[in-house]
Amino acid sequence: MGDFGALLDGFATALQPMYLLYALIGVTLGTAVGVLPGIGPAMTLALLLPLTYSLEPTAAFIMFAGIYYGGMYGGSTTSILLNAPGESSSIITALEGNRMAKAGRGSAALATAAIGSFVAGTIATVALTLVAPTIARLAVQLGPADYVALLVLAFLTVAAVLGSSPPRGIASLGIGLFLGLVGTDTLTGQQRFTLGLPALADGIDVVVVAVGVFAVGEALHVASRMRRGPIPLVPAGKGWMTKDDWRRSWKPWLRGTAIGFPIGTLPAGGAEVGTFLSYSAERKLSKHREEFGKGAIEGVAGPEAANNASAAGVLVPLLTLGLPTSATAAILISAFQSYGIQPGPLLFQDESALIWALIASLYIGNVLLLVLNLPLVGIWVKLLQIPRPYLYAGILTFAALGSYSVGASTEDLVLLFLLGLLGWAMRNFGFPIAPAVVGLILGPIAEEQLRRALAISQGDPTVLVTSPFAAVVYAALVVFLFLGWWLRRRQARTEAELAAVVATPAESERSSS
Amino acid sequence: MTIVVGYVPKPEGRAALRAAVEEADLRGEQLHVLNTSRGDAYVDPSYASPEDLAEVRGLLEETGLTFELEQHVGGQNGADEVVATATRLGASLIVIGIRRRSPTGKLVFGSDAQRILLEAECPVLSVKAPSAG
Repeated sequence: MGDFGALLDGFATALQPMYLLYALIGVTLGTAVGVLPGIGPAMTLALLLPLTYSLEPTAAFIMFAGIYYGGMYGGSTTSILLNAPGESSSIITALEGNRMAKAGRGSAALATAAIGSFVAGTIATVALTLVAPTIARLAVQLGPADYVALLVLAFLTVAAVLGSSPPRGIASLGIGLFLGLVGTDTLTGQQRFTLGLPALADGIDVVVVAVGVFAVGEALHVASRMRRGPIPLVPAGKGWMTKDDWRRSWKPWLRGTAIGFPIGTLPAGGAEVGTFLSYSAERKLSKHREEFGKGAIEGVAGPEAANNASAAGVLVPLLTLGLPTSATAAILISAFQSYGIQPGPLLFQDESALIWALIASLYIGNVLLLVLNLPLVGIWVKLLQIPRPYLYAGILTFAALGSYSVGASTEDLVLLFLLGLLGWAMRNFGFPIAPAVVGLILGPIAEEQLRRALAISQGDPTVLVTSPFAAVVYAALVVFLFLGWWLRRRQARTEAELAAVVATPAESERSSS
Repeated sequence: MTIVVGYVPKPEGRAALRAAVEEADLRGEQLHVLNTSRGDAYVDPSYASPEDLAEVRGLLEETGLTFELEQHVGGQNGADEVVATATRLGASLIVIGIRRRSPTGKLVFGSDAQRILLEAECPVLSVKAPSAG
């Protein structure tokens, strides 16, 4: 029961008023950015990375975890009331939830989303608590070659799964890997891609790249297509979940959790895959199939639960292997690095107190989020009335401030805006941002492990595939890529069916009015 | 001559509309109902939904007045749009709805009503929403 004792210790830390306050700040901020479309937890964490220079690690990670979970809760509010999914993982919620809201059952939809998120988040955190230390103990035995295999797995699955098409994902990954190469080589002292500029000799700081492509890129993107006109907001309405709603919700919550958590742990995941799978499962199992596409509560409960469960699932490979499978997780890795902590199997041994406090704060954050989200929906929705110029002016200021604080150099600011242009171009031409960030952060780690593996084998490249674990990982990679392709096809099919389902009632509405 | 109404889908906006209808009836003039949004926020409660506009249209058609309903996104803020429209049409009167606002709120957010009052070249009629209850 060593882990259980450690978890209790973690609670003892996380429940201190100081850390509770950080957790509260985190979940509040997280919900706020989750509510606003286009500003996600990844961008927020990138903007807050400079905080790691002054804040102690426990406080910073408790806050970051709060932002991470909070973003998932906030996204559902926007999807339900505005029909504008904040993130791709809320698309399904927007479909069914917004129809429920239009039928005057918005508060029931919000409630089932929030409670489902809470249930799933808590169960998935329990699963994380149970699974992660075991995986970490197994992972300690991995050698450099095994790591290279894992990193290749992460690269390719992230590139193939996040974003619209694998070639675009791989191109984006390539940009990230290249940016990660810039600087002085640690082993030989050679300058790489620095163009002879002293400013680039130390490499480009992760903060500058992440803030540039996420925050500045998004700001430029919004500025380039700003006046689209306001979207009508559906009032949440009065009332609460009826007994029938509860009866119809609890099974989807549990099923969503069961689907979401494993998908989150797989590097082939990405939160939205789980929501689509959960949605199609609910549609198959439901007794009210005719309601789907017209506001079925199961269609909100299941996917929202899956969404939050996979958010916890993503933390499993992150904390045990140092493998991020989403952009937000990649930024968390670089937060660890900026404290000089290398996320990997040794994390649970070396930084036991920090990690358990982080896990305990996830439980606490879930409770805080439930309390914050259910009664305060009205306040969160008010955030949507902020004119975007004000919002993005603030973000740009923060972005510039953060990048400047990294090295107090003007060159970083120039770089920031150049990278912002890059981020804007990527968004405009449909290249996903996440693989670039993952490549940037994991690239240097992969390089180091690869060189170490080759040094041990004295230059024999076959070592990379002969270790049994590595061989299994490469085999798994093939399976994952196939699985990813299959899931995508399923998703596309579900979307097509949805389009058909949604189109029919919409037409009948039009003819009747 | 025309009467310009700045319409918002709120009680004070509806009160303004009613007053404008009465005034137009009295003067035998036509009505120009204006609803705009800068469109720079995700949600703008001052922007009338299609259902709301249909309701306004129905209401106006019942009165038998000659009217025009204008809604657009972009441009300046609501106050400037109302004044600009009034100048463009050579309006005889502007009707707006106003509400009570705390001095702090006015300081922070400014007052559309005040801008219209100060900048309009024609008389301005301001109407308050009937107090609730």
